[in-house]
Amino acid sequence: MARAWKYGDNVDTDVIIPARYLLTGDPAVLAQHCLENLDPRFVPEHRPGDVIVAGRNFGCGSSREHAPLAIKGAGVACVIAASFARIFFRNAINIGLPVYESPEAAAGIQTGDEVELDEAAGRIRNLTRGESYPFRPLPPFIQEIVRAGGLMARLRAELAAQEAAPAPAAAAADPRQAAADPRPASAADPRQAAGGDGR
Amino acid sequence: MGFTMAEKMLADRAGRRAVFPGELVEVPVDLVMGNDITAPVAIRQFEAAGAKRVFDPERVALVASHFVPAKDISSAEQTSIMRRFAREQGIVHYYPEGTGGIEHTLLPERGIVVTGDICVGADSHTCTYGALGAFATGVGSTDLAYAMATGRTWFKVPESMRFTYYGRRNRWVTGKDLILYTIRLIGDDGALYRAMEFTGEAIAALPMDDRLTMANMTIEAGGKVGLFAPDEVTLEYERGRARRPLRIYRADPDARYVEEYEIDVSRLEPQVAFPWLPSKTRGISEVGHVELDQVFIGSCTNGRLSDLRIAARILRGRRVHPNVRLIVIPATQDVYLQALREGLIEIFTEAGAAVSASTCGPCLGGHMGVLGRGERCLSTSNRNYVGRMGHPEAEVYLASPAVAAASAVTGRITHPDEVLRTEVA
Repeated sequence: MARAWKYGDNVDTDVIIPARYLLTGDPAVLAQHCLENLDPRFVPEHRPGDVIVAGRNFGCGSSREHAPLAIKGAGVACVIAASFARIFFRNAINIGLPVYESPEAAAGIQTGDEVELDEAAGRIRNLTRGESYPFRPLPPFIQEIVRAGGLMARLRAELAAQEAAPAPAAAAADPRQAAADPRPASAADPRQAAGGDGR
Repeated sequence: MGFTMAEKMLADRAGRRAVFPGELVEVPVDLVMGNDITAPVAIRQFEAAGAKRVFDPERVALVASHFVPAKDISSAEQTSIMRRFAREQGIVHYYPEGTGGIEHTLLPERGIVVTGDICVGADSHTCTYGALGAFATGVGSTDLAYAMATGRTWFKVPESMRFTYYGRRNRWVTGKDLILYTIRLIGDDGALYRAMEFTGEAIAALPMDDRLTMANMTIEAGGKVGLFAPDEVTLEYERGRARRPLRIYRADPDARYVEEYEIDVSRLEPQVAFPWLPSKTRGISEVGHVELDQVFIGSCTNGRLSDLRIAARILRGRRVHPNVRLIVIPATQDVYLQALREGLIEIFTEAGAAVSASTCGPCLGGHMGVLGRGERCLSTSNRNYVGRMGHPEAEVYLASPAVAAASAVTGRITHPDEVLRTEVA
């Protein structure tokens, strides 16, 4: 059962993982200092599978991927927030840390509540309070990245495809060729993605 | 119907006639950038994915800026990963300490990023290049790895907000004050996921260094990019500097914005952000008595030559207050050299400042001026979050170099006029 750790607005990347610990990219090491400047109880008391719940603009500040890596390394199942800073959001998706945007859940859940995620129904259930909240589904393009296991899995697949059918070297090296390539956007209909959170 | 600057840039580069906010587009990147904190993580990802070569060794910039010169064994090992990769890949724009400086000052200064570029950088202040009219934004290490390998990235087309500044700036009111005031107005997430467009007669009159400061802090309002339409100031700046042809994009007159603000700069005084958020900004007349332990002049926000000139004008012939440590860090090697030639370094040193080699250093609590428990610092950098410059119980205030220099003299947050009223014999 996932227990919630609840925080306020503007939880920035400096409190998620202070710069003095950015001398490694190892999630297990980063996890030992996760949220240390905000809540020194988090590291000793949290259990793998717990969830972080926060208000607006979670992960604002630096682009350090060490922030979602520290959270993921701590075994946190997901982060639920009223809104996310865009670089943190992208980083979390890219490294496979699930993030859910739900102002309702952010308002309703308190520290210690038992919460459960119902991905198929698009709902977050609060078992302690007997409440349930909707979350905004990710746009299909981003769901694809998540399903693939993060952005690097997608890169591996692309590189494997290139190797199977090598492109002319000149075209690969010249970005103007890429500019001329009318590669279709993944969501041609603006409405399809408008409700989503591609940042 | 008309389109905003962000919409026109993304549509053009995605090979589309038009794009709309919310849409996801894939675009080629003209430049990708990483630093000594973010690039090592990206390099490991790049290699683990089986990528062999970067898409173009002339369009990947690797800049050692944060923990340089190496502050300890771990940081030495981080930068060595970047050095090894740069050599193996033949990276043209690789800048170790002594050759470059802080990436966001360096890349525009040397014309490595130019007007109209699409740029992603694994550092949140990559949005600085919006001052040139480049669509530039911060990403993480994994996005950097992907862009280094493929030369492409994806964006959600942002909604755009327009900020029109009019009137004449008062003496001592700089780009820093305009952007702090703007963040105070809209909040730390006021531009979340959005493009900010800066325009108006007060912007037309604003020098490039001040524009770079404003675009730099777009991220402190949550913004994706902060764009200035190219004008005479831009073209003059790029002349003899840009290494590639410029692309000029301007918003259509009937472009659609989700929000518009009009700001009379003639009513502004120097601004000061209080702990713990950039939005907690007040006019300097509302600051009260705030004594300081340290003043830092530098960073990608305010470590350029014009910033040092203003600081030197105030510090010339004066002494730093005995209770204060003043740290001055020119943002790049070029800024340092020019400051040396103009005698600015001499002025700072005689005033009792510690002047250091170019580095991000204290801005992120890295080294060269980390704060202890309970200490108070006024900084020309961009963030004053809890623990940003060191101990979580230290306090950081943000202001312009003029306010910083004046405050270093008096030992408390001070309007520059107060110091300049006292003539130096």
